[in-house]
Amino acid sequence: MILDVLHAILVAPFKDMVGAPGFLAEVLIGGVASGLMYSLVALGFVLIFKASGVFNFAQGALVLFAALTLVGLMERGVPTIVALGLTAGVMVVLALAIERVVLRPLVNQEHIILFMATIGLNFFLEGFGEMLWGANVKKLDVGIPQGSFKLGEILVNQLELTAALTAAVLVTVLAVFFHGTRIGRALRAVADDHEAALSIGIPLKTIWVIVWAVSGIVALVAGIMWGANSGVQFSLSLIALKALPVLILGGFESVPGAIVGGLIIGVGEKMGEVYWGPLVGGAIENWFAYVLALVFLLFRPQGLFGEKIIERV
Amino acid sequence: MSQASGPLLAVDGVSVRFGALVALNRVSLEIRRGEVLAIIGPNGAGKTTLLNVVSGFYHPYEGRILYEGKDRTWLRPYDVAALGIARTFQNVALFKGMTVLDNVMTGRVLKMGGSFLQDVLYWGPAKRQEIEHRAFVERIIDFLEIQAIRKTPAGRLPYGLQKRVELARALAAEPTLLLLDEPMAGMNVEEKEDMCRFVLDVNAEFGTTIALIEHDMSVVMDISDRVVALDYGRKIADGPPAAVRKDQAVIDAYLGVAHDSTGGGLDGPLRNLPQGVAAAKPPLERR
Repeated sequence: MILDVLHAILVAPFKDMVGAPGFLAEVLIGGVASGLMYSLVALGFVLIFKASGVFNFAQGALVLFAALTLVGLMERGVPTIVALGLTAGVMVVLALAIERVVLRPLVNQEHIILFMATIGLNFFLEGFGEMLWGANVKKLDVGIPQGSFKLGEILVNQLELTAALTAAVLVTVLAVFFHGTRIGRALRAVADDHEAALSIGIPLKTIWVIVWAVSGIVALVAGIMWGANSGVQFSLSLIALKALPVLILGGFESVPGAIVGGLIIGVGEKMGEVYWGPLVGGAIENWFAYVLALVFLLFRPQGLFGEKIIERV
Repeated sequence: MSQASGPLLAVDGVSVRFGALVALNRVSLEIRRGEVLAIIGPNGAGKTTLLNVVSGFYHPYEGRILYEGKDRTWLRPYDVAALGIARTFQNVALFKGMTVLDNVMTGRVLKMGGSFLQDVLYWGPAKRQEIEHRAFVERIIDFLEIQAIRKTPAGRLPYGLQKRVELARALAAEPTLLLLDEPMAGMNVEEKEDMCRFVLDVNAEFGTTIALIEHDMSVVMDISDRVVALDYGRKIADGPPAAVRKDQAVIDAYLGVAHDSTGGGLDGPLRNLPQGVAAAKPPLERR
């Protein structure tokens, strides 16, 4: 009896994998693709966290707002390319407004205060977006090829492939940006110590505008990918919840961490669902990420790539 | 009067208030080109407030700050930095998660140009200047003898080294005026000697004007050209170190007046103060 259970958990799934390598590859690719979709959302969090030490609760709302704006413009007959440019512009203006109205009055406040402010921002953006563009589910079509093609034996979804490539490019650019350049260092400096950053000539407000604008544009990219996948609707702002375990795994201040975390969760939950799901009646996909995050919180709270915080006493 | 011959920085009748507390009360002083100026005074005398006003973190309630003859009273901290005034902080304000090298490189932020887009894409000019500035930063790192810890996150260093890295970051901006807030606080004798040497070397080799807050009288006597003493937000003395040390107002400020009546208990510091050595830490100083 116990042997049967162990066999079902430890042996049978792997037999299945080896038995059908083509299917395994499809599951893996599906996992990688959905993982990168999570990473896209997580990236926006990481950017703001790196530059201000603040967990931006409104990141999901930013994704929703960007997608709503894009769809709204396109529905009114604006050509796709123009609509994309306009939406990116709207995200930059939004960043300027957030700095002026929310962040500047709160300079040098505790991080928890800034966090609370982003909760407020979250509600505002959700409401404002719906007020402008309505609350209906909308279809987003920016010309990303839909459907799938066969690569040898393996079925590849074109949307997933596009998402994967986009994420890869974004991450490479951001990683280089943060590590090897003047502005990247200035961003990290601001996150570490406001006063010291000011004293060496880094203007806080410029840095904040840059980082919110960049993270708004990352939100736009995430919004496009998710919107093309599942339509633009209110629940888009809830994908922030899936980004949270990604952040806990990867570490809050690591761009590569957001990607690796996303991949682990994406692949983990797809594999779990397909191979182990039947054992527990399915739905592994719904809880896998959170349980994994819980394990990480217990044993490695700074995540895989996070900066370990050592408090000197 | 030409600007070149006037003082580098003049504080002109500056008062700073925090509510009812008057932290600085009509203080006027000059920082002259090329000198090492020490600012002394008991805790709460307004020394750090003075530095914060000069570097733009606070703005005065009355009075003016003149830098190279121009009114700079209302500048923000990052504008002050752009003028060529660098500073360190009393409680070490390093970027703790970043390596020593990155900390010092960040100090160079104002010297680096280029557009945001170039930075994002790490294009030719951005990459080239990164390399140029890196070379300069390595020279400062050599100068301050912190080569061995270049790749260590600043937060993991012992306190004395953190202070040195903070100095390196300030120097990276090639400042005209360097403001040091207690650069030797919490250091042991050897570390203090090193730091004194660095301060004097910076002054001599780069011609940097230095204003520093320091409590250790022996240090003050050794390295400063001039001393300004503050007490309760007022300037009580200004002159060569030897004269300020003997100034009755300064002695009173550190020991409190009218202690004749209380008698006893103060003989240790009292005996030592005229030599100015053991009174390094005034009796009420507790960091």
